Amino acid sequence: MISYDSVQELADKATKKGKPISALVLADQALQMERSQQDLIEEMNKSLQVMAEAASKGINSGSKSASGLSGGDALKMKQAIHAGQSLGGMVLSETLAKALAIAEVNACMGRIVAAPTAGSCGIIPAVLLTLKEAYDLTEEQVVMSLFTAAGLGMVIAKKASISGAEGGCQAECGSAAAMAAAAAVELMGGTPQMCAHACAIAIKSVLGLVCDPVAGLVEVPCVKRNASGAANALIAAEMALAGIESVIPVDEVIAAMKDIGDAMPKTLKETAEGGLADTPTAKKMAREIFR
Amino acid sequence: MNVFDIIGPIMVGPSSSHTAGAVRIGKIARAVSGGQPAMVTIELYGSFAQTYKGHGTDKAIIAGLLGMAPDDERIKDSLELARDLGMAFKFKKSGNKAVHPNTALIAAVDSQGKKTIVQGSSVGGGRIMVNRINEINVKFNGEYYTLLVPHHDTPGMIAAVTNLLADQGINIAEMNMYRSQRGGEAMMVIETDQAINEELVSLIEAVNSVKKAVLIKPIY
Repeated sequence: MISYDSVQELADKATKKGKPISALVLADQALQMERSQQDLIEEMNKSLQVMAEAASKGINSGSKSASGLSGGDALKMKQAIHAGQSLGGMVLSETLAKALAIAEVNACMGRIVAAPTAGSCGIIPAVLLTLKEAYDLTEEQVVMSLFTAAGLGMVIAKKASISGAEGGCQAECGSAAAMAAAAAVELMGGTPQMCAHACAIAIKSVLGLVCDPVAGLVEVPCVKRNASGAANALIAAEMALAGIESVIPVDEVIAAMKDIGDAMPKTLKETAEGGLADTPTAKKMAREIFR
Repeated sequence: MNVFDIIGPIMVGPSSSHTAGAVRIGKIARAVSGGQPAMVTIELYGSFAQTYKGHGTDKAIIAGLLGMAPDDERIKDSLELARDLGMAFKFKKSGNKAVHPNTALIAAVDSQGKKTIVQGSSVGGGRIMVNRINEINVKFNGEYYTLLVPHHDTPGMIAAVTNLLADQGINIAEMNMYRSQRGGEAMMVIETDQAINEELVSLIEAVNSVKKAVLIKPIY
C-alpha cells in the first residue's frame, strides 16, 4: 500500500520497479478500493471523455457566464490560432485555448471534471489533450497519465492543500499545474524522477499566489489563471524533460506551499475581501451582479 | 481519499461547494419529503446568501429537488424546469449566522400540505452535511444508505429496528439517536454499508412507536 505522504517516495518506488508512477498508483488504488485495475481505468476514461467534451464545447461557444464576468476568450484564442498567430508555438496556443475553454464551460454551468477542483478544472485536460493531439498519443496513455496526476495530487492534498479557501490559488491552480506537469513528463517518456522535478518546478513558480476572485465567483481571474496554470505546467515539464532539476526537493516545496498558505491572510483565501476582489472595479462589478 | 477524489467528481460548474454540494442538499430534501414537493421555500445563509446568483446555487438546489445529480447539464435550466413541472419555489436570504457559511434551509410542502424541513451545509469539494430534519438536529453526509426513523422516545426502539437490519445481513456503518426531550419526539439516523430495500422500510414502519421511515440512497 502507498501512503501518499511523499512525491519523492512515489518516484523512488517507481524508479526501483522500473515502472512509471501511473502504474504504481493504479495498482495501489485497485488494491485499496478493492476494484479491478480495468474498472479504475474505465472510470478514469469517463473523466477524460468529459474533459474532451468540455474542451470542444467551450472553444466554440463564445457565450457569457450568468454574471457576465467571463466568456468568449477561448473563442478569441481559437480565432488567433486559425489566423496563424502564435508567439509561443501551436502547442502553447492550443493549450491556452483549451484551458480557457474548459474554465469558461465551468463558469457557464457546463459539465467538467474537478481536477483537482472546479476552479482549476482546465489545466490538466488542456495540457494532456493538447499533447495527445500534437504527438498522436493514445487515449490509454493519457488515461494512465491521469493516474500519475492523481497520485501526486493526493500527496499535495494530504501534505498541503488543493483548496483556494485553505491555501490560496497556489494550492488550486498551482497544484493542478504541478499535477499536469508530472503527467506531461510521463506522457512524453520522461522518468519518474523527472516527474517529481516537474511537479516541484511548477509549484515553485506560483508559490504565494493568492485566491482573490472578483465577487467571490470562479471567473476573474480564475479563467485566465487556468491558461497561465496550463502554460506553467508546460514550462515545468519542458525543463524537467531537458534534465533540469529542482534545487529544493519536491516534498520540501510542497511543505513550503503549506507554510505559505497558512501564513496567507484570510482576505486572500477565496473570501473576496482582498487583492483583485477589493479593487474599485471589482467592487463595482460585485455590486451590479448582486444587486 | 482516492484518485477519483482528486480527478473528479464529474460535475456541472462553477463551484464544487456552491453548485455540486447545493445539488446534493436539494436531493436529500427531495428524498426526505418523499418525492417532488409542490412548493419549497429555501433560506440561504452566509456565502450561499451572498453569492448564490453568480454561483447558480439557486439553480443547483432546485435541480436537486427535481432529482438531478451534480453532473446533470439541465441544472442551469432548472428554474424553468421546476415551473414546467409544477414545483413552486421561493428564495430568501437570511442575515442570521448559520452552523456553516454555506448553508441552506429547505422547507418543502407536498401536494397534501405536509411540510418537511431539511437543512444542510456544503462543507467543501461538493461534500455536504445534513444538520437538521424537521425540528431535530442531526448529522449525516449522504454517503451511505441512510435511514431516518422518526419515532416516539420509548425503550427498546433501537433494538427493534436494528434487529430488522441484522436479520437481512445489513451492517450499520454509523448510527445516531436524537431526541427533542425525554419521552418526546426522537429520530434514529442509521447509515448502512449494504443497500436497503423498500420492503425493509415497510417492516421498520410496522414497528410500534415508529411514525415513518425514510430511506435516502447514497448521493455520491
